[in-house]
Amino acid sequence: MNAPEKVKPRTRFDTVGKPRRRVDGRAKVTGLTRFADDLVLPRMVHCKLLRSPHPHAVIEAIDFSRAKDFPGVHLVLTGKDFPVSFGILPVTQDEYPLANERVRYVGDPVAAVVAKDEQTADAALGLIEVKYRILNTVSSAEEALANPEPRIHDYGEQGNIHRLQAFEFGDVDEALAKSDHVFEDLFFFEGNTHLPLEQHASVAAPDGEGKLTLWSSTQVPHYIHRALSRALRMPAQHIRVIACPNGGGFGGKCDLHNHEIVVSRASLILGRPVKICLTREEVFYMHRGRHPVLMKMRTGVTNEGKLTGMHLQTLLDGGGYGSYGVASTFYTGALQTVTYELPRYKFDACRTFTNKPACGPKRGHGTPQPRFGQEVQLDKIAEKLGLDPAEMRLNMVAKPDSLTANWLKIGSIGLEECIRQVVDHSDWKKKRAQLPPGRGLGLACGSYLCGAGLPIYWNKMPQSGVQILADRSGQVTVFCGATEIGQGSDDMLAAFVAEVLGIDAFDVRLVTGDTGLTPVDLGSYSSRVTVMMGHAAIQAAERMREMIVDAASMELEVSPERLVMAQGRVFLSEDPSKGMTFAEAVVYAETKYGTLGTVGSYAPPRAPGRFKGAGVGPSPAYSYTAVVVEAEVDQNTGWIHVPRIWVAHDIGRAVNPVLARGQVEGSIYMGLGEALMEEQVFRRLPPKMSHALVHKFPSLLEYKSLTSLDMPEVFTYLVEDPDPNCPFGAKEVGQGPLLPVMPAVANAVYDAVGVRIDEVPITPDKVLRALERKAKGETPRVGPDHFPKVPYPTPIYVTTPWEGGDGNETKPADRKQAVAS
Amino acid sequence: MMRLPWFGFHAPRTVAEAAKILAGEGPQAMLIAGGTDLVPNMKRRHQSPQTLVSLRRVDELKKITNGSGLKLGAGLSLTEVIHSDKVRAGYTGLYQAAAQVATVHLRNMGTLGGNLCLDTRCTYLNQNYEWRKAIDFCMKKDGDICWVATASKRCLAVSSTDTAPALISLGAKVKLVSSQGEREVLLADLYANDGIDYIVRRPDEILTEVSLPDTAGWKSTYWKLRRRGAFDFPVLGVAAAIKFAPDGTVEAARIALGAVSSRPLATKAGDSLIGKKLTDEAIAEAGGKAQNVAKPMDNTDLDIYWRKDVVSSFVGYALRELRGDDMRDTRMRISRQAL
Ligand SMILES: Cc1cc2nc3c(=O)[nH]c(=O)nc-3n(C[C@H](O)[C@H](O)[C@H](O)COP(=O)(O)OP(=O)(O)OC[C@H]3O[C@@H](n4cnc5c(N)ncnc54)[C@H](O)[C@@H]3O)c2cc1C
Ligand code: SF4
Repeated sequence: MNAPEKVKPRTRFDTVGKPRRRVDGRAKVTGLTRFADDLVLPRMVHCKLLRSPHPHAVIEAIDFSRAKDFPGVHLVLTGKDFPVSFGILPVTQDEYPLANERVRYVGDPVAAVVAKDEQTADAALGLIEVKYRILNTVSSAEEALANPEPRIHDYGEQGNIHRLQAFEFGDVDEALAKSDHVFEDLFFFEGNTHLPLEQHASVAAPDGEGKLTLWSSTQVPHYIHRALSRALRMPAQHIRVIACPNGGGFGGKCDLHNHEIVVSRASLILGRPVKICLTREEVFYMHRGRHPVLMKMRTGVTNEGKLTGMHLQTLLDGGGYGSYGVASTFYTGALQTVTYELPRYKFDACRTFTNKPACGPKRGHGTPQPRFGQEVQLDKIAEKLGLDPAEMRLNMVAKPDSLTANWLKIGSIGLEECIRQVVDHSDWKKKRAQLPPGRGLGLACGSYLCGAGLPIYWNKMPQSGVQILADRSGQVTVFCGATEIGQGSDDMLAAFVAEVLGIDAFDVRLVTGDTGLTPVDLGSYSSRVTVMMGHAAIQAAERMREMIVDAASMELEVSPERLVMAQGRVFLSEDPSKGMTFAEAVVYAETKYGTLGTVGSYAPPRAPGRFKGAGVGPSPAYSYTAVVVEAEVDQNTGWIHVPRIWVAHDIGRAVNPVLARGQVEGSIYMGLGEALMEEQVFRRLPPKMSHALVHKFPSLLEYKSLTSLDMPEVFTYLVEDPDPNCPFGAKEVGQGPLLPVMPAVANAVYDAVGVRIDEVPITPDKVLRALERKAKGETPRVGPDHFPKVPYPTPIYVTTPWEGGDGNETKPADRKQAVAS
Repeated sequence: MMRLPWFGFHAPRTVAEAAKILAGEGPQAMLIAGGTDLVPNMKRRHQSPQTLVSLRRVDELKKITNGSGLKLGAGLSLTEVIHSDKVRAGYTGLYQAAAQVATVHLRNMGTLGGNLCLDTRCTYLNQNYEWRKAIDFCMKKDGDICWVATASKRCLAVSSTDTAPALISLGAKVKLVSSQGEREVLLADLYANDGIDYIVRRPDEILTEVSLPDTAGWKSTYWKLRRRGAFDFPVLGVAAAIKFAPDGTVEAARIALGAVSSRPLATKAGDSLIGKKLTDEAIAEAGGKAQNVAKPMDNTDLDIYWRKDVVSSFVGYALRELRGDDMRDTRMRISRQAL
């Protein structure tokens, strides 16, 4: 349907692969880029939200009469004004723009004031009186299991369990029973948040004809468009969502947020633009970040260090709402098979509701947690078997063009080369286990999606569309719904079109992320933009190229195949002096064809898995990364210092190597922060005296992430092995490089001082505690010590590709038969 | 954005004028120097002074003068303090402490006087009004209980200034000026062990000057523990100053700790060193003594027990550096910068 047209693969490139200044770089550093917070419209008024001071309560009454009468206030809204629930996933419509009768975490929005300015709105919030009836709270996944009542939501599996999932690909118990060794480990990954520098802001404006425009900090204007239409009960064709350039997203701007609906409704009521800018505290409350995940991992291996099977169980703390949680839950298991050969795999997952801000997608969405567990466990396995952890991994890297146990189709794999690069450059062979006490090296690998195979609502339409307009002035304008969140989406778009049309990327005008003007692109999440938008852009550009070359060839009286488009000209390949400028060629094309416009689109290939749940995990391609971390650990204090990190990433092809390296280094930055300090944690007060359950430190100062002084020296290697399923062979680079960082740090700490910290963040107090245990002859480990009983369901059983499966579920009866025969 | 409450504003040009305004306005007026502590606190409604009296234009507070030692105006920015050759040469501990305050930008704004008068800190307090409402407030502001230790009669908020321990170890005095007159107090006596009344300065007094004694024969250092190489307040500060005899015997020693009490803690740990050389044993003994008196509370970053456990190691770093050991690698690992 939308398969990319057969175009002969390019051998030489003018733009792609060249390190370039990004097309939107100067505007950003000179302050000209207009973020949502920069927007000012005539007659604009300002909104502030009143948020719940209670973690769990029923709203009994709201008296806002004093706020309404406060000078300068235009409007006060409460839950009564928003009877319709919403949620980003069609299956979890469990949020209200303003709480209708229940608040579920400290920070849940309860009322809104719109006033002439922010200060007035803020003052009026203090005049609203809310009467609450306090309910008991749930503060962790384990508490959620233990306390089915009161239920935080009246939907879900049971009690405070939101979601249960279980899959088995081949008989794992049998595989483990036959293994030479079985390793069982518990790991915990603490929750953390995105911390984008730009705080969310939105402006909604009516056009006077009943239509609405929303400018917002969002990564997914298309999804917001759909969800907003539902939430406002307004036809989608009357709503236009414009994603402003984002000052960082990392997954935190993928939901439809309460404030976006509130300002939209307010602007329609008032007939004037309404703006809201969240404070840093409020961004911590919006959250949707990394789920805290407890993991149990049972893994079978042969004496040679080959995996035989794995049984992974996860328990997620989802916070107060669904968000993308159902998908996050799948992702704590779905990609566990893509890195190494794994003949059999079983995966049970459980997501719980707690009275905290909702968790959702953060860079790596659901996969960093089990990746941490597996890579640390592999380190333990290698040690036990007396193998070099790098060699052991090299021996089991998944095979290119293969299927995994859970029916994911892998294309190219550059992981072996990645491992070799970091091993060579870090001098691994000479240094691992051989550095003086207190210093060590740790290695870990990972893999990630290049775009989720399926959209969040079921459809078979393209997942990215691009439209190109060229006219006689020589200008090229490209329209695409893709969204710039700082990662370089705009630069990719310009680069692909510029490459095909042989013009300078700076000469391409871009219109992006605007549901009123641009073809649908699903947005900036799941590392999908370069691959999906790239395919669509190349297709649209090739179609444009065809018309231009055709017209030019008639003018030059040569056959079109002999023409080249490069360096702003169209010319004869064997005699470059014979030709014309790009603009002249466009004139001929416009003369011949009339107004010039082309479109391109892309939908990923259908995945081979057919069982229920097979939709999460497939991707057009997978990227691979290997990381070596060097750590220095003080034996007396447990203090951890990371002086150097080597990282090699299989990117297929680096479209703009400068941006690619930036993404890799950004991942190291974020990953090291998660490894060493970042945690979204909460505080209870003595229960007899208080029912409080608050975010421990919703501030940029006390929520710790690395400063520039804490960054190690990073050595980045891009491994380029073009993937045939990707545009010009380019895979993702935005998320994958993050995944191995956390386990590589844990493994390096072990190499340095011989203690296992089986949880993140890895802090000096934990290291010191483990060192004390070691000194006492106890197990030198800090990490979770038990896994609670979770009512996982009977798994959906799917026979693996190599055991005669067809991608469908194998029903128990058929299974028995198969075993008998 | 978090908004400031309304306030009146004065910008006098002399200390005398400022003192007169303060006296006239009474306790609902506050001084503001760089504002790097006060402004965030006002946004969080820890303080809502009706009037601010700014010291930014008072030039007489920005002087560095020689005497038998050194006199530093309270209005000097921390950056100016760091860049003073005299400070670097004779008062290493002060230089190292000032250089590790906050970030470059905050040091450009923040002053020495403001750093010495810095409000005490607590993770139950340094939150916005709505957050504090969610825990029903605390004794230091708007409430009546201390959440750090619910039986405590006093607030246990933490003294978090970096320069005060360094200056105490150097034997600094400060001058306080009001419309009534002026007095000089030993810096160590400026503070009280109470998170609310942490400073004995009267509201109408202006801290104008820090005077440092001559340091011939003395060596000093400051080691700061914090999570990151920049930005963070101390969770432990170790300031040490030692006077050595030519043969390396300790003649006098002062060790002060920051961030382990509601005031900068002038310890007696140095006494055990007097008459000895800085052997490993002597250093360990002093470290142990300092660790005993440190009382970290669970209201800052990092684990409370761990923070106590490492005091002796940090005192060790300081004393070994004064002994002449090459501590540059350790310094780099802890501070992530050369100092
Ligand atoms: C993110 C951040 C990180 C920080 N990190 C650190 C850190 O690591 N270490 C550290 O020590 N500090 C830190 N600070 C606090 C602060 O920046 C410094 O302490 C700074 O030196 C304060 O000086 P100031 O001039 O800005 O004080 P101001 O904010 O102007 O004043 C602080 C207090 O002192 C009073 N005051 C000011 N000058 C005088 C005077 N001459 N006489 C009497 N009273 C006076 C004011 O009334 C006020 O109560 C940090 C602040 C921030 C925002
Ligand atoms: S120590 Fe206690 S009283 Fe003081 S600020 Fe903290 S919680 Fe409040």
